[in-house]
Amino acid sequence: MKVLVPVKRVLDYNLKVKVKSDQSGVDLSNLKMAMNPFCEIAVEEAVRLKEKGVVTEIVAVSIGPEQAQETIRTALAMGADRGILVKVDGDVEPLAVAKILKGIVEAESPQLVILGKQAIDDDANQTGQMLAALLGWPQGTFAFKIDVASDKVTVTREVDGGLQTVALNLPAIVTTDLRLNEPRYASLPNIMKAKKKPIDVKAAADYGVDTAPRLKVLKVTEPPKRQGGVKVKTVAELVDKLKNEAGVL
Amino acid sequence: MADDAGRRTQTITFDSLRPPSPFFTDSHHAWRASLRKFVDREIAPHVDAWDEAGAVPREVFKIAADFGLIGVGYPEQYGGWTEGVDRFHGVITSEEMARPGAGGVSAALMVHGIGLPPILAIGTEEMKAAIAPAVLSGEKQISLAITEPSGGSDVANLQTRATRRGDHYVVDGAKMFITGGMTSHYCTVAVRTGGPGAGGVSLLLIELDRPGVTRTPLKKQGWWASDTAALYFDGVEVPVANLIGVENQGFAGVMLNFNGERLGMASGALASARACIEDAAAWAQERRTFGKRLADHQVIRHKIAMMVQRVRASTAWLDLCAWRVQNGETPVVDLSLLKVQATETLEFCAREASQILGGAAYMRGQRIERIYREVRVNAIGGGSEEIMRDLAARQLGV
Repeated sequence: MKVLVPVKRVLDYNLKVKVKSDQSGVDLSNLKMAMNPFCEIAVEEAVRLKEKGVVTEIVAVSIGPEQAQETIRTALAMGADRGILVKVDGDVEPLAVAKILKGIVEAESPQLVILGKQAIDDDANQTGQMLAALLGWPQGTFAFKIDVASDKVTVTREVDGGLQTVALNLPAIVTTDLRLNEPRYASLPNIMKAKKKPIDVKAAADYGVDTAPRLKVLKVTEPPKRQGGVKVKTVAELVDKLKNEAGVL
Repeated sequence: MADDAGRRTQTITFDSLRPPSPFFTDSHHAWRASLRKFVDREIAPHVDAWDEAGAVPREVFKIAADFGLIGVGYPEQYGGWTEGVDRFHGVITSEEMARPGAGGVSAALMVHGIGLPPILAIGTEEMKAAIAPAVLSGEKQISLAITEPSGGSDVANLQTRATRRGDHYVVDGAKMFITGGMTSHYCTVAVRTGGPGAGGVSLLLIELDRPGVTRTPLKKQGWWASDTAALYFDGVEVPVANLIGVENQGFAGVMLNFNGERLGMASGALASARACIEDAAAWAQERRTFGKRLADHQVIRHKIAMMVQRVRASTAWLDLCAWRVQNGETPVVDLSLLKVQATETLEFCAREASQILGGAAYMRGQRIERIYREVRVNAIGGGSEEIMRDLAARQLGV
C-alpha cells in the first residue's frame, strides 16, 4: 500500500514571532523553520505502518519555497521513501494546497493520505477535509489511533468529551491529532542516507492549480497582553464583580 | 523566560550566541536538529540524576548507539558509519552533547573515542573484529590508560612494564585517572616493553576482567556521571596477540588521538560557555534588585558582553581550525592554543555566570553549578594549558 504524507515547513514551535510593523503579517526573516509538529506525527504514523508491513511506500510532499526541500529531507530521514516538492513562493491557502494534493493523488494513486490536522502557523485545519471533499474520499480527522486492515482503516478520533471510532473504506484521508504518537528523531545515519533519496520538483501549474490567494489579510496584531488579576475581600464582592463586570452571572 | 504558551521569548540563547558559520550546510543543520531532539528527549531530562548517581544507565549506551552517536566516524564493517560525515558534524555533536551542561554524561558515552581509535588504526584484523562491533553497538566499553601515578603528560617516561614470557606478556604497574576505568570492559593500555624513552612504549589491549587487575574508583570535583579509576596490574597475563601495532612503536599510536580530541574538547568547552551565558542572561533579565532588573545594572550587562565577546571570537577560530583539519591540515599550533583559548573562555564564563546568578549558582541541580565543577577537567584533561602552550611554542620555533 502506498501512503502520501503532505508536510509543511513552518516556524520552529519553540520560537515566538513578532508582528511586522505594517501589520501585514508576521516577520519570519532569520528565524529557524522546521516541520509542522502535526505533520511529523503524520510521517511517524506512516513509518510505523511501514514497519508493521502494512505500507510499502511512503511519499512525502511539500508545497512551498525551495527551502521546503529541507522539510521533505526530514521526512525522508524519518523513513519516507521519496519526496515531491511543489515549488510555490508566497502564501498558499488551504484550498490551493488541497487542489494540488488532489492532482498528486491522481498521479500517484495512494490508498491513504495522512496529514497533520492543522499547521501551527495559520491554524486553518482545513486541508485534509477539503482534500477529502475534492476527491470524494472518506475522512477520519483528529486521529488518536489508526488501524489499517485490508481495505479498511479504523480511526479513533478525538472529539469533544471523548473518543469516537469510525471505519472508513480505503482509499481514505486521515488527519492526525497530537496524541496519535510521539514522532521519532531521525537517527544520524538516516539523515545522511536521506540525502540520496529522490525528490521530484514540480510546479503548481503542473497540476493546473492557480495559487493566487482568495482571502485578503486586513491586519495582523499581537494578542492582547494579559491583565493582572484583582483580589476580592468578600464573597459578596466576588458575586458583584461576576454579575456586573464579567457579566457571567 | 517563556510566554504563556511556554515558548522562549529570550533573545540571548545557546543558538544565538554561536557566530553563524560559513561552513555549515543543510546537512549540518539537519544533524544539529536531530541531535537536539535526541538530547532533549533521552539525555537532558536525566543529567542531574545521573550526575548525582555517578553513572549513566547501561541502556542509554544502546539508545545512543541506535541513534548513531556511538558509531559515527567509525568503519561501517564494524557497525559504525562514516558516510557524508565531516569535521563540522563532529563539532556540532560535541556542542549539542555539551548543551545540557553535564560533561560527565558525554565522557561516559563517548569514552571509546579515545580507547578505540588506536585499535582501528594499528591493531590486527582479528582484534578489530573482536572489539569494535561490541563497542560500537553500545554493548561494551573501552577506555584508554596512559597516565600513571608517577606522571601524566610525560608519555615517554611511563613505568608500567609488560614483560614477554612465551606467548604472553606479564603486566605490572598502575594507571591513574582513567576515564571509564571502573565500568569499561576493555582498556587500551600504554606499557613499557623496551628500554627507556618513547622508543620502548607499546600499546596493549587488556580485558579488565583478567586475573591480577584491580580497580579503585576515584571521586572527582565534577564529571560525576562518568566513573574514573586507578587501575592496578599485578602479574596480569595478556596474550601476545593483544599487542596493538608493532612492539615498541606504541608512542605514535598514542599521539594519533590527540589532535582530534583537542578539537572536540574545544567545541564542548565553548558550547558549555554558551550554556552558562544563556542561563546568566535569562536570570539577569528577570531578577530584580535595587528596583531594577539585574541586566539594567551596567556592571552586570558588561559581564554578559565580555562573555559573548570571548565566545564569539573563540568559536570563529574553532570553525576555522575545523575547516583546516577538514582540508587535510594538522595545524598543531592552532589546535593546541585553541584548546587553551576554549578552556580559558569556559573558565571565565563559568565564573562570570556564577557571579550573575549569585547564591543560585552555588546550588546543585542546574547547569552553571555543574559546568563550574567541570572547568578544571577541561583545562587539564586532553593536554593541560601548560603542556599545550609549550607544545605550541616549540612548534613555533621559540
